Amino acid sequence: MSSVLNPLLGVDLGFGWLAAIKILAVYAVVPVGALLYVYVFLFKMVSHMQSRLGPMEAGPHGVLQAPVELLKFLQKEDIFPARADRRVFALAPFVVFMSTFLLFVIIPAGPRLVAEDLDTGVFFALAVSSLSVIGILMAGWASANKYSVTGGLRAAGQLIAYELPMVLAVVGVVMQAGTMSLQGIVHAQADGAIFGVDVIGNPYILTQFLGFLIFAIAAQAELTQTPFDMPVAESELVAGYLTEYSGVRFLLFFMAEFASAFAFAAIGAVLYFGGWYVPGVEGLAADILGPVVMLTKVMILGFIIFWVRFTLPRFREDQLQMFAWKYLIPLSLVNILATGIFKVAF
Amino acid sequence: MAKFPGSGLLKGLGVTFKELVTPAVTVQYPHVKEAPPTRARGVIALKEENCTVCMLCARECPDWCIYIEGHNDKAPPRREGGKPRTVNKLDRFDIDYALCMYCGICVEVCPFDALFWSPEFEYSEVRIADLLHDKDKLGEWMEGVPEPPPLEVGAQKGKK
Repeated sequence: MSSVLNPLLGVDLGFGWLAAIKILAVYAVVPVGALLYVYVFLFKMVSHMQSRLGPMEAGPHGVLQAPVELLKFLQKEDIFPARADRRVFALAPFVVFMSTFLLFVIIPAGPRLVAEDLDTGVFFALAVSSLSVIGILMAGWASANKYSVTGGLRAAGQLIAYELPMVLAVVGVVMQAGTMSLQGIVHAQADGAIFGVDVIGNPYILTQFLGFLIFAIAAQAELTQTPFDMPVAESELVAGYLTEYSGVRFLLFFMAEFASAFAFAAIGAVLYFGGWYVPGVEGLAADILGPVVMLTKVMILGFIIFWVRFTLPRFREDQLQMFAWKYLIPLSLVNILATGIFKVAF
Repeated sequence: MAKFPGSGLLKGLGVTFKELVTPAVTVQYPHVKEAPPTRARGVIALKEENCTVCMLCARECPDWCIYIEGHNDKAPPRREGGKPRTVNKLDRFDIDYALCMYCGICVEVCPFDALFWSPEFEYSEVRIADLLHDKDKLGEWMEGVPEPPPLEVGAQKGKK
């Protein structure tokens, strides 16, 4: 990012200013991404899938509905249950939100548009995304509500179970690219070739299709989207760990849910679909086109996430665990083995 | 569709995708209005001159939302020199639509065809008390009542 900003402003920004700008940029991306997903998918797409129109009154086609909902939540009372562990209860949404927020730090939106291109990018993403388990457990425990505890424990069990196949699926990409940096992975896909044809590079969806399937399923579970929404199964647990939350704290959970869906779609786009890379475009044009292409890919992946969410019914808890441990993890190990063999052979 | 594990999931995804691209079936109500079916049960209308204050509707009403008051009145005799007839005059006929559950028993039970279903449905009120429709208001609903369905072939017409 510094290589964009310094020439743009004509001054050499110090570390402090750069850090502040990066933080503000990420702070802007989180709610914008979340609201975009909420409007496009939660409000409009699901409505049309149910043969109705969804919000139509606030702004043209209801585009202002999402900000209106946000303001509505801000006005609501911040209720603490009488027997709640107040400090933990108050802190939990921020822990969850922090995990989402940190995910955006390493996501590259263009050749030079990334808050921080860490060498251990993939590792960092998977590490901070599992931080949200702690927040969810805190929320469930501190609510002093049996539904919340059950929801929190289910969430913890589920996130741990699906963290493994996700990590193992991503290992395939890391092996093939030979780097953990997300920018490095984008470059590796851009420079790659399919049987000597390098017109569109080599998006890893082609060679790592099994890995992508595992990644997509595990991401769906990480995001606790249906069919993996046991933690908030509303027909049995009210709303799981969210039950006792209201007002701005509920809003934080809600934003974190959709912002992390946005972030996971972005990571998926980088790992498997070539990220911001546009074939044959370089320099300044890539700086401008890159984010557009990236956003398109993020929206397409988001569409798949929410399409599945609004179609499939929920897994039972034992099915959910069985699916991860008995099928996904062995499959991802096979994927690693196959990737290793191909890597050595070719 | 071929049967393989998970084919049902794909079928489901196909259904939702098809619905996504087909137009919505709902209409934006205050801006666009759908005409209700002719015999929709929107509101109950009263044809006052047919009512004989027999109270059957009020007594059969499960919600007790019909309020009827009447008095005896003298009408001129049918034949010259006869005794004046006693007729029931309707003073009050109110239906409280805040209580009514639209079961239609009153319409069914009325022996003199004084109550009818009308398809009008836009009579919501800001104050709940305004949902009590008096006999003038109920009479106005008669405008929207559709013609009765034609009699079956060969059926005898009534005496009147």
